[in-house]
Amino acid sequence: MAGHGEEKLLNLTLNVWRQRNRGDAGRFETYKDEARDISTDMSFLEMLDVVNERLIKSGREPIAFDHDCREGICGQCGVVVNGSPHGPRKATTACQLHMRSFQDGDSLTIEPWRASAFPVVKDLMVDRSAFDRIVAAGGYISVRTGNAPEANNIPVPKYDADLSMDAAACIGCGACVAACPNASAMLFVAAKAEHLNLLPQGAPEKDSRVLAMIDQADGEGFGNCTNHGECEAVCPKEISMAFIARLNRDYLKASLKRPRASAAAGGAG
Amino acid sequence: MSVVASSPAAGRRPAPRSRLQRFLTSSIGLKLIMAFSGVFLSLFALGHMLGNLQAYQGAEALDAYGALLHKEPALLWGVRLGLLGLVGMHIFAYLALTRRNNTARPKGYRQRKWRESSYASRSMTLTGPLLLAFIVYHILHLTTGTVHPDYEEGAVYHNLVTGLGGVNGLIYIAAMAMLAFHLWHGVWSMMLTLGLPEGRYGSLGRTVATIFTILVTVGFATVPLAVLTGVLHL
Amino acid sequence: MELKSNVPPGPLETKWTQHKFDMKLINPANKRKYSVIVVGSGLAGASAAASLAELGYQVSCFCYQDSPRRAHSIAAQGGINAAKNYQNDGDSVQRLFYDTIKGGDFRAREANVHRLAEVSVNIIDQCVAQGVPFAREYSGLLANRSFGGAQVSRTFYARGQTGQQLLLGAYQALERQVGLGAVKMYTRHEMQQVVKVEGKARGIVVRNLETGEIESHAADAVILATGGYGTVFYLATYAKGANCTAIWRAYKKGAAFANPCYTQIHPTCIPVTGDHQSKLTLMSESLRNDGRIWVPKARGDKRAPDQIPEDERDYYLERKYPAFGNLSPRDISSRAAKEVCDEGRGVGKTGFGVYLDFADAINRLGVDTIRERYGNLFDMYERITDEDPYKSPMRIYPASHYTMGGLWVDYHLMSTIEGLFVLGEANFSDHGANRLGASALMQGLADGYFVIPYTLGNYFGTVRTFDKVGIDHPAFQEARAEVAERSKRLLGINGDRTADDFHRELGKIMWNYSGMGRSEEGLKKALVELPALKEEFWKGVRVPGTDGEINQSLEKAGRVADLIELGQLLCLDALERRESCGAHFREEYQTPDHEARRDDENFCHVAAWEYTGEDSTPVRHVEPLTFENVHLQTRSYK
Repeated sequence: MAGHGEEKLLNLTLNVWRQRNRGDAGRFETYKDEARDISTDMSFLEMLDVVNERLIKSGREPIAFDHDCREGICGQCGVVVNGSPHGPRKATTACQLHMRSFQDGDSLTIEPWRASAFPVVKDLMVDRSAFDRIVAAGGYISVRTGNAPEANNIPVPKYDADLSMDAAACIGCGACVAACPNASAMLFVAAKAEHLNLLPQGAPEKDSRVLAMIDQADGEGFGNCTNHGECEAVCPKEISMAFIARLNRDYLKASLKRPRASAAAGGAG
Repeated sequence: MSVVASSPAAGRRPAPRSRLQRFLTSSIGLKLIMAFSGVFLSLFALGHMLGNLQAYQGAEALDAYGALLHKEPALLWGVRLGLLGLVGMHIFAYLALTRRNNTARPKGYRQRKWRESSYASRSMTLTGPLLLAFIVYHILHLTTGTVHPDYEEGAVYHNLVTGLGGVNGLIYIAAMAMLAFHLWHGVWSMMLTLGLPEGRYGSLGRTVATIFTILVTVGFATVPLAVLTGVLHL
Repeated sequence: MELKSNVPPGPLETKWTQHKFDMKLINPANKRKYSVIVVGSGLAGASAAASLAELGYQVSCFCYQDSPRRAHSIAAQGGINAAKNYQNDGDSVQRLFYDTIKGGDFRAREANVHRLAEVSVNIIDQCVAQGVPFAREYSGLLANRSFGGAQVSRTFYARGQTGQQLLLGAYQALERQVGLGAVKMYTRHEMQQVVKVEGKARGIVVRNLETGEIESHAADAVILATGGYGTVFYLATYAKGANCTAIWRAYKKGAAFANPCYTQIHPTCIPVTGDHQSKLTLMSESLRNDGRIWVPKARGDKRAPDQIPEDERDYYLERKYPAFGNLSPRDISSRAAKEVCDEGRGVGKTGFGVYLDFADAINRLGVDTIRERYGNLFDMYERITDEDPYKSPMRIYPASHYTMGGLWVDYHLMSTIEGLFVLGEANFSDHGANRLGASALMQGLADGYFVIPYTLGNYFGTVRTFDKVGIDHPAFQEARAEVAERSKRLLGINGDRTADDFHRELGKIMWNYSGMGRSEEGLKKALVELPALKEEFWKGVRVPGTDGEINQSLEKAGRVADLIELGQLLCLDALERRESCGAHFREEYQTPDHEARRDDENFCHVAAWEYTGEDSTPVRHVEPLTFENVHLQTRSYK
């Protein structure tokens, strides 16, 4: 086929982080025989599938890793491959990374996301529930089912809608945290907050949203953003650091305003 | 039974505090303090550099400039205290942010590949303290004369030329190289923190940072260089 | 078993409105006395959990993923239908209703479908208010695109990530309730058993996937929103973790399983490359707005696509279905692709593929417009295949994508187990024998946001007081023991094949005999091979590790065991439905030009299967379908 590289088989050496559970200290293990004859047409996770099948058949425990949709959108997969979250390819999740990105004889070091806010639960799986809690703290618009106005009553300039969508494309995989030298979650928080802040529907809660989300992110133990830019470079959805700048600005504005007296979070159900 | 660890509770959020307290302890608040003090320190550096350039107009001009600065002690001390305050804010933010960053990743990676960060951005925590040490030295050297063997009160040009020869000149030039790293990331980072760049990130902010850094650090470095090469002499 | 649809009386247009008034209400102060369990956190589950919590019920929500935001609704690309008629092109609730009934080949319940079309407009309002960044015109108003099976533009979209954005909207609403303490969210928990007390669903038993602990959760009602069972084909556009366990265990507890043979094969997926393949990736149907589908006219033509001149190409959809052309419904497009490949005219290394060509659209609209519309899909295609679709046509082939069948539910979305409600793809209700594009998102959200909040209240209002049932009730103890026993058994087999290995074999059997084309002979063969596979599985599977920790092999094995059993029911249903309708194509029942031939006299009904025990054949029950508002006709897209 036009432009289609021919399938090749690779023999690889894998150095994989193995850790039984949260409490275990963990260690690297090396797999060589299990990583032979890997087709370049396989995805990275399919390569791990093959290795796991071989491990199981030889009576050993397979490598636990998170994954679900395998089409780059659910955000559940993610491992650090040779020092890069989701591997070397730009704008690509581990499930969509294909083995044609590697050479025969390559040695791959495969590690979990590392951050105190993302404790390892087993092997390459980490607990990212901190992200859910950040959203629960304010990453929403407080609208109850059923009381929405007619959709076209709220015109949204196309530019704003597009920019909001750029932010909303975040899949919550946590690669930004994994890549950040400070293990900061700022790109995630910025994407979520600015997706909503950019829309007229999200404007009324803008101030309380940014304050609450930053409070939560800080409380979870993520580091601080010092504008290294690693997050943006590894983000599989190429979310721009400009959203962090926007978030900073919104945070400053929110901090300068006098808080209103009314109840903060909006009515419970 | 089953109350589950993974069931998110809003528990880890810090307790409500005053607005100021919240600002002073939050990651973005600290960053803003860092950036805000950074803006004024950068502007001070620019002004200081421009002042230094008067050395090229000769001893008279420079000494007169020095005298002008000392004319109103209240103003002078006001500015000095202001600068001290800004440096204090800068250091306070640095300490608070760094302490948190150091605990955010207790276990590091075996292998690491940098894709976008620069040596400048990753060395901020090193260049910062080194610059502080340099500034202390610089004040003891050219402001108070404490460590200057040939210091004469009020003779700015003389102090400069006698103080920046030899190894000292090299130290000053090395410090400016360090300042270049610090400013290059700092100025750009400060703009981002203050929320300035619009649209797609990068180009404008980077360009401003690069021009500013070159201007300030090269401007500064020419003086010791001129002393070392004999362009400036007694 | 009696299948009472509980469709309210009255004219179709006012049934739902009148019924909302007639249903019982629970006083706001009393709502917090009722508890409900929601299993699944996709569009249906998350929207239901959030909406019910907003009303004041005590809600617990469960998902097997590490976050509710991972549910596979997130992968839906193209869009969501709604009868807004913003385009002034003649759309209306009535037309959306009609298109859906016709698209489903007249095998869905009129009243349900009409309700779906009615609430479709509220869904868009709700989602916009939540901050879903739908595509906009320069005026700032909402944009639309067209989708298969419709001649109006009624599909709302957010680039190629509509499912993601809608799910995030529901997820945000859900997390808001979690933050307020109104929903207890349990991630990495997989449902293992429905617990029935005195005939009513009163709780579930789950496995905590992190600790392995088997936990019981009691409530006054249980809602399953656990998605479809398309992974029975192994290769599918589903998530890897997607499974039928929740609905299958409910089926075994007495919930009737309706129309399992209605499985949709999506026409535009990236073709298989090799045995290692773990899943198939969909290329949104929206691509068919601008892409033209073709194969070479000659068999075995192995020339590169740009070497094949225009007059040697067969744009077979445009040729066969001139009115709808490349936007023909999914079942028809998929079968047409299979047909040309079976004739030996397929493209690509394997011969199982057809071209989806954008050259004309790029010439007409320019590459920038195409990039704006489909850029992310083109990039995804390039990442997976290493081919550039801006330069050479995409290769696509059909793949298992959605299941119209599912647990039988009445108009209130309640299954044949009292108090067990089923929402979204997990039920059978709205799509008949074939689902139209952009209708799955619509149904999931309709069920969760706008139907269950009313019908659950009615159920609580009808029962009024529930006996206290604690998790130490014998029914819970028994269920926990059963689940533990099953894990022990799986761990103890210690055979020599992996669960994936069995899953692949299951997929092959299902795809060959019960995929796009089915015959009595093939189905009978499958019904011999599947029980053998099941037996082999329980003798030969190897599950390492223990049940007291994260054990992904154990999770997989449990799911595959259920899928094998479900495969049998699917084939049985396909065998018994002696007609072709929608996605169910029996080769014996076709028109001379190879179109599906329905048999309205004998099969204008829902088939719902009742479980009767491990070794006995399930019983087929029938719910007749009556069409009072549409005229039964042969579907034509010509």
